[in-house]
Amino acid sequence: MNKIYSRIESITGNVITVRADGVRYGELAEVSTRFGKSLAEVIRLDNEIVSLQVFAGGRGISTGDEVRFLGHPMLVSFSDALLGRVFDGAGVPRDKGPALAENLIRIGGPSVNPANRIVPRDMVRTGIPMIDLFNTLVRSQKLPIFSVSGEPYNQLLARIAMQAEVDIIVLGGMGLKYDDYLFFKDALEEGGAFSKTIMFVHTASDPVVECLMVPDISLAVAERFALKGKNVLVLLTDMTNFSDALKEIAITQEQVPSNRGYPGDLYSQLAFRYEKAVDFADAGSITILAVTTMPGDDVTHPVPDNTGYITEGQFYLKGGRIEPFGSLSRLKQQVNGNTRPDHRSIMDGMIKLYASYKDTIEKKSMGFQMSNWDAKLLRYGELFEREMMDLSVNIPLEAALDKGWEILAECFDPKETGLRTELLEKYWPVKTA
Amino acid sequence: MTTTKGSVTGVNGNMVTARVTGAVSMNEVAYIGAEGRKLKSEVIRIRGDHVQLQVFEITKGILIGDGVEFTGELLAVELGPGLLGQIYDGLQNPLPEVARQSGNFLEPGIYLDPLPRSTIWDFSPAVKPGDEVQRADTLGTVPEGSFTHRIMVPFGFMGDYIVKSIKPAGGYDVDEVIAELTARDGTTVPVTMCFQWPVKRAVECYSERLRPVEPLVVKTRIIDTFFPIAKGGTYCIPGPFGAGKTVLQQVTSRNAEVDIVIIAACGERAGEVVETLKEFPELIDPRTGRSLMERTIIICNTSSMPVAAREASVYTAVTLAEYYRQMGFDVLLLADSTSRWAQAMREMSGRLEEIPGEEAFPAYLESVIAGFYERAGIVRLKSGEKGSVTIGGTVSPAGGNFEEPVTQATLKVVGAFHGLSRERSEARKYPAIHPLESWSKYDGSIETPIVKYAHRFLERSSEVGQMMKVVGEEGTSQEDYIVYQKGELLDAVYLQQNSFDPVDCSVNPERQRFMFRILLTILGAKLRLKDKDDARAWFYQLRQLFLDLNGAEWMSSRFNEIKAGIEKLAGERSDGLEIAATRHIEALE
Repeated sequence: MNKIYSRIESITGNVITVRADGVRYGELAEVSTRFGKSLAEVIRLDNEIVSLQVFAGGRGISTGDEVRFLGHPMLVSFSDALLGRVFDGAGVPRDKGPALAENLIRIGGPSVNPANRIVPRDMVRTGIPMIDLFNTLVRSQKLPIFSVSGEPYNQLLARIAMQAEVDIIVLGGMGLKYDDYLFFKDALEEGGAFSKTIMFVHTASDPVVECLMVPDISLAVAERFALKGKNVLVLLTDMTNFSDALKEIAITQEQVPSNRGYPGDLYSQLAFRYEKAVDFADAGSITILAVTTMPGDDVTHPVPDNTGYITEGQFYLKGGRIEPFGSLSRLKQQVNGNTRPDHRSIMDGMIKLYASYKDTIEKKSMGFQMSNWDAKLLRYGELFEREMMDLSVNIPLEAALDKGWEILAECFDPKETGLRTELLEKYWPVKTA
Repeated sequence: MTTTKGSVTGVNGNMVTARVTGAVSMNEVAYIGAEGRKLKSEVIRIRGDHVQLQVFEITKGILIGDGVEFTGELLAVELGPGLLGQIYDGLQNPLPEVARQSGNFLEPGIYLDPLPRSTIWDFSPAVKPGDEVQRADTLGTVPEGSFTHRIMVPFGFMGDYIVKSIKPAGGYDVDEVIAELTARDGTTVPVTMCFQWPVKRAVECYSERLRPVEPLVVKTRIIDTFFPIAKGGTYCIPGPFGAGKTVLQQVTSRNAEVDIVIIAACGERAGEVVETLKEFPELIDPRTGRSLMERTIIICNTSSMPVAAREASVYTAVTLAEYYRQMGFDVLLLADSTSRWAQAMREMSGRLEEIPGEEAFPAYLESVIAGFYERAGIVRLKSGEKGSVTIGGTVSPAGGNFEEPVTQATLKVVGAFHGLSRERSEARKYPAIHPLESWSKYDGSIETPIVKYAHRFLERSSEVGQMMKVVGEEGTSQEDYIVYQKGELLDAVYLQQNSFDPVDCSVNPERQRFMFRILLTILGAKLRLKDKDDARAWFYQLRQLFLDLNGAEWMSSRFNEIKAGIEKLAGERSDGLEIAATRHIEALE
């Protein structure tokens, strides 16, 4: 039996209070306003005063509106019927498809027992050399893409989504521009990945509370698929918007802010989502790639800073390229030993030479004289940036390794590369005259 | 067991308010009945007949009017044989056992016995009827792995007792009564092999606390030589993300020369704990020849587990450490990371609507951090033996800025500071402990004046390096340039250490002294190097030899060969030593 209350005691921002009893913490309610119905979640109980966070926001709610408690927490339907569909942060269809109501599951469930986790062991191939070769993505890894507004991070995400070897893609959009939402939709449709994708999209103009639901709803669905043996890739963009939504709500609720206005539990809130990344010993996996835009390209900003402490490395997207410096996959050592024998050496060797190239560029800009070696480095750097770093390069790992040897052979003598002799003998391309 | 009962009147995040009838004590444990489950919580504020509880679980589903049962007991851990090798959550639930019962997920409301109930321990009595005993006195022993585990009079038994009866040698489980003790007032109490102790009360059953002077060797050169740790001391490792805090802790947990290591993974990534969980059972402890897991306890409250339990987890860890200290062992507690613990306090403080201090941390942050680190110490037990608890905590400062409150509060109370720098980690200089910013108040295995002498080269080298960035090599004098190269050499071959190399990963003090002596013959030498190119080439050659030496088995023929190579190369350009260097080298012989 669902009780209906028709007197709202107070309305502050997105939070309303009603006098009610028999209400559980975290329960959902439906608020009927003259603009339509909206869901609301119980966020505080104080004797008979129940505080609810209204998903559609507090604007336009009248104290005489009806509140009906649903008797259950936030649920989402889970079935294969989700595939190829688009929903908003409250789980309501955004496309023209039917609403789904069967097999409802709870969101924001408990975390995985660490004793049941396994050490990650499988590589996720993306066809992007800067990832596959230099900072390998590993199944069950959680990696943010640190970037700045204006960078093509959504394009990168869409490419990874289309090319990554995964069974299911869950895309969670938070504060997405409507154009970006359409871009993802079109890109995935064109790339033929749409039928294995589920989208939960909150656009920039949607109510801020729904933004908060997106990661939980996306990850709850991903978790169920993973338990059914699927390898799921969860793409979240943009976690800075999620954090800003947390901030907005914390401040309207008069919580004491800790750092630049963000609530003190920002770390826990982010960790609770990112830690959903998992590889089940006896089932599938969840890998999380999340965009984190850094206001002012500042890695010490609370959002990227807290994220960095949680995630297993980061991709640093700058100037339209994944920067080799600043990017790190903490788990790459788990997998890049069993790909090809030259993988680690090419990875280290090429990066060291690229670092030397950067030094040379600096010297050049300061007007120092360029030596013969500098000239080689300059040529190398140019080739490396064009053939490896450019995001349009799309080749499998093995081809990327071969390409690496070609670039080295074109620029240097074998001994100048600092690579081990047995590798040079095996892989150094023989020049055909 | 009290009969105090209450009912829920409010829920806000993980804080629940309840109205009670009867007496309640601060920090008492209470269980909230919700949706058929009992959720563990702790009393953190009492106001009239209203108490506020922090709940160690997700609070979703709690209803106004739900019943609350108060236990009358403070949050406590169970102490007894069988703790070693266990993997617990912050409230001492054995995680592998929880997994067997509830599967992949940590369902709220499942609390299991911390100690295995069915294990039979081989007990040997150490007292006889009529003996007088006090708390923490040994009643008998059981073997636990390679350790002799003492069965002690529970720490909460105040006053004097007479042994009324004691079980003969034999196999018993932890619940069996092994002794009966009679108090002064004539009451008789049964004693089993396990008992409870509240985590937030330090165990003080010793005769005196001693000054930590004996070095605790971790086989990492930069720590043992330059920034040593002492048994019973404290140290902290602050560093930005990616600087290698956790790797350093892992290496320490493997190599530290202590009896028992307790790892408190507090609010960090689950993946890192998993690595330890899977690797330790395979690794052999060189001291005992048995699996490393047999000397390790892991307290694992990772970042996505409930925050209140994270706050409890460091106390759980330190209490277990103190328990083993009472048996005369040297225990090392590694807490990763204390910032997450402080953040847990901040979250709770916010919910309690306390007036915030800096960066919204509670005003009592400093005293709580000090109180935690002060539980470290080396003590003389009543039996005359020594036991120690050493605490090493990582700190994760926001933005990598050491000026923030947790780092500053920690620095006030620790004996050594191993500051990690992003600059060094990005240059792949591991361990990324900054040699100029870090410090230690303890004495290491190499005498302080000698270390200072070498450290001076690092300082001067860094100064010259800074200057060279402005004036270039050509604007630097040959003398300065040599000092610069000496510092760089010391950094590259001594401060940096390859934790993935089978030999270089752990270097004992004997080898450290030996290497340090050879390095002094170069640092202290007047060198005949004609120009900068000559100097650079010579130092690079030397560096390569030293790196090879670091990778060579101690005193193997290859080791001696490389050593001879270094001596030859050094001899070619050396015009004798500075007086101070000669003196220090002699002292190291």
